[in-house]
Amino acid sequence: MTEQTKFSHSVTLDVDKCMGCTTCIRHCPMEAIRVRDGKACITTERCIDCGECIRVCPHKAKQAVFDKWEDNAGRFKYRVALPAPTLYGQFNNLDDVDYVLTGLRRFGFDMVFEVSRAAEIISDYTRKLISTGGLVTPVISSACPAVVRLIRARFPHLCEHVLPIRAPIHLAAAIARREAMERSGLPSEDIGIFFISPCPAKMTDVKLPLGLEHTDVDCVLSISDIYKDLLKQMNKLTEPEMISRSGLLGIGWATSGGESAGLLEEKYLAADGIDQVIKVLEELEDEKLGDLEFIELNACPGGCVGGAAAVENPFVAKARIQMLRKYLPVSRNKFTERDMDELHMDWSFPLQYSPDAPLSENMTEAMQKMQRIEQIAATFPGLDCGACGAPSCRALAEDIVRGNANRTDCLFILKKRLEELFGEVRGGTAPPSPERTGGKKQ
Amino acid sequence: MPENLKLHYVVEEDDFTSAGAASGDVKKLLRQLGANPDVIRKVAISMYEGEINMVIHANGGVIDVEISPTRITMVLTDHGPGIPDVEAAMQEGFSTAPDRIRSLGFGAGMGLPNMKKYADTLKIDTVVGKGTTITMTVNMK
Repeated sequence: MTEQTKFSHSVTLDVDKCMGCTTCIRHCPMEAIRVRDGKACITTERCIDCGECIRVCPHKAKQAVFDKWEDNAGRFKYRVALPAPTLYGQFNNLDDVDYVLTGLRRFGFDMVFEVSRAAEIISDYTRKLISTGGLVTPVISSACPAVVRLIRARFPHLCEHVLPIRAPIHLAAAIARREAMERSGLPSEDIGIFFISPCPAKMTDVKLPLGLEHTDVDCVLSISDIYKDLLKQMNKLTEPEMISRSGLLGIGWATSGGESAGLLEEKYLAADGIDQVIKVLEELEDEKLGDLEFIELNACPGGCVGGAAAVENPFVAKARIQMLRKYLPVSRNKFTERDMDELHMDWSFPLQYSPDAPLSENMTEAMQKMQRIEQIAATFPGLDCGACGAPSCRALAEDIVRGNANRTDCLFILKKRLEELFGEVRGGTAPPSPERTGGKKQ
Repeated sequence: MPENLKLHYVVEEDDFTSAGAASGDVKKLLRQLGANPDVIRKVAISMYEGEINMVIHANGGVIDVEISPTRITMVLTDHGPGIPDVEAAMQEGFSTAPDRIRSLGFGAGMGLPNMKKYADTLKIDTVVGKGTTITMTVNMK
């Protein structure tokens, strides 16, 4: 990455494939996308990299940008793979996780460290934190970076509920780096830590980490990019090496409900899919979920198995992971006091509310703008058709007040104007327009 | 005549997360010995179910495993509450496991039935209020 190209998002658009169909603008939970001049544009400040647009785009124009193995393998003398547990659910006829891990060794990694091991340590640490008290309940999981970004942008009162500890990837990278240095005798800069990711949000979280000054992850590869070559290596194996040291708790983190199960408590809620996540957050804000202790939220359907960079259907992957977990020891990794001192389990700084698109710094000005938005929105038909390039009539009204759009972007308004003009040019009254039923009252 | 391999495991009831470690260990060992995969599977599953039961119901206990060229013997001893009605407990779907571990997939009521299915022999000695000893054998192939 050159100095000039500063990383902001991993979700991008392939302009040539985009047809301006408006599917993505209507599914984006942050209303971050607009269609301008027949192409979709993502507003940088609003995007949380949830990958929803990638999932819904019918033309495969929305894509996620990841690091490439070919470009990065040569940068390091010793390369460590950090597979997300989602990877284990991507293969048919797999009964032993060690095939995947050994396959990664043959692929070109010197060492493999499972992210699920760090997940078990975090489950252990979280259980301790919850039992000693001192956390604001209900606690909201911070494992999904898209959800944390959503909370940071839209839910000021919930920021303090977010569990302020490192996500499994970052903890795994810290432990793996330490182990790699011991094993290889090489200095830190020669060690490359490669996370193998099911989603774009985690790519963004590595480049721009939440709550941390710095992360030990060097590169993020996508499951879909390495899948074919990894499978080739796995198919050649007859006897896998015994590399796995995860229990069923850690591997379960790949599916919705898995992280909560690791707390060995009953009073939890696990939701997946960004629309449902937003609904739960809104109920939480209205203080309707007081009885719960822990809230697990996953932006992707089924949990991480539904990530946009995964290859397999999320529910097929989930079923496979349930089968792989059977008869595994419950947990094989524990949190120790040594980890506390050496690994910085906690976030370096708390989550600060940071609205993605404030109307104004000034409350009075914001209220005035809000009034204008209401007035303008009332003149639109209220069909939310997307033809103007905005996800809803109200969004277009907001765009106009922000100075990014015009009233005539709305096709119905434009049609009315043309009819009036046409009437003036002809010198007579405009032809009668049909009575409109439905839509907003004028 | 080589001596049989004898293994002793202490299963602690330390918040449940260590459950399954002992049977995982024995599975690994049998693999290294080059035992028949079917045999490994039978031992792994029957011992796992016994170990989990010990943690869920009995506050842990000890497991003694003896491996001979012809057979693997597992003796699981605990000082837990004992099983009041063994016949009922052997029914598929019957479970007295607490709710909090059901989210992990346990408590389906298949523990004892699975032990009977996978082990070649199963013996249950139990006294209510004193404890339970389960003896299982799996024959080598």
